[in-house]
Amino acid sequence: MNWTFFHKLGSPKWFYDISGKWLPWLQVSSLVLILVALVWGLAFTPPDYLQGNSYRIIFIHVPASFLAQAVYMMMATAAAVTLIWKIKLADMALKVMAPIGASFCILSLATGAIWGQPTWGTWWVWDARLTSMLILLFLYIGIIALRGAIHTTEAAAKACAILSLVGVVNIPIIKFSVDWWNTLHQGATLKLTEKPSMAPEMLWPLLLAILGFYLFFTLVMVLRLRIEILSRERKTRWVKELVS
Amino acid sequence: MNAVRKQRLILVLLLLAGVGLAVALMLFALRENINHYFSPAQMAAGEAPVGQRMRGGGLVVPGSVERDTESLKVSFRISDGVGEVTVRYEGILPDLFVEGSGVVALGTLGNDGVFEASEVLAKHDENYMPPEVQKAIDDAHPKSGYSKPAQTTAQSELRSLQDGS
Repeated sequence: MNWTFFHKLGSPKWFYDISGKWLPWLQVSSLVLILVALVWGLAFTPPDYLQGNSYRIIFIHVPASFLAQAVYMMMATAAAVTLIWKIKLADMALKVMAPIGASFCILSLATGAIWGQPTWGTWWVWDARLTSMLILLFLYIGIIALRGAIHTTEAAAKACAILSLVGVVNIPIIKFSVDWWNTLHQGATLKLTEKPSMAPEMLWPLLLAILGFYLFFTLVMVLRLRIEILSRERKTRWVKELVS
Repeated sequence: MNAVRKQRLILVLLLLAGVGLAVALMLFALRENINHYFSPAQMAAGEAPVGQRMRGGGLVVPGSVERDTESLKVSFRISDGVGEVTVRYEGILPDLFVEGSGVVALGTLGNDGVFEASEVLAKHDENYMPPEVQKAIDDAHPKSGYSKPAQTTAQSELRSLQDGS
């Protein structure tokens, strides 16, 4: 098998050069998609038959929850690459993704609480879905704190990678919590195998919002990763030439 | 892939399998405790603790809601299709409390099989649709009890009027 592409991907300089070209596209597409999706979802879709207008927070809550979990999966993948192939760029990605994932997780928990108050009648319950999502936030915070606590880069990389991998067991628990146990949180609306249980005029802005959030995440991640590359490679010739 | 990397890959897979197995066993051992509420079938079968604070949840049986005219006392039956339990509650019900849709109540199950609730939360399902679609479903399938049409047509019409759509 030809591994050249894989090794090229692992080169910080190569990534720094190529990612610079992505930035304008990511900026424009994420801004446009999120704006269109939110204006469409918040102002133009019809209200829900049962919840009226309060369901509209779904256009932020669901994309944020998706991203909170997807970012963790990406971190776990980066962790496996760090441990097996010792690619520096993977560890840098793991480091810069953690605060972004934690932010999406906080957004998901906050919008969920705001949605729960008018519909369920409570801000918070300790059911399996809400609790496992809170554990995800603690995992993010734990990974950020662990890196801050270890001063050598190599040791921090290894420790954070192992913690990220151990925590990945929580992701299927979050996903299936509403099927495995009785929870106050309702089941999944968007399913891989079945038709979504949402009217099309509500579904489209939701899908656009999810795509927009993914692009926004990619943008923030790339921006942070470029800074991390410059800071870790500051002693190399190409960075010195770049800055001078 | 060289031998060292293959070995590390195996270690990573072993780590994942080990943690996965440990957590799976833990969740299996705790499976009843993780449930947020007991279903009416469990309460009827005596699986739920009597006289202790716990949660019960199910769908409100259509036509079973009786409101006291003098106070905020209300009683209704909840069902999961297998068992049925009467719930008594005094207080303000959440906005989404409607016949045929889900509730989760916190309280105690008495010896008489009546659940005395101190808190009632509404549980909505994962279906979202505009009021007109709901109305069309209502018209096509008149009052089938527990189906999605949790609200009467009049209520959803009222809501769509209020929303100005």
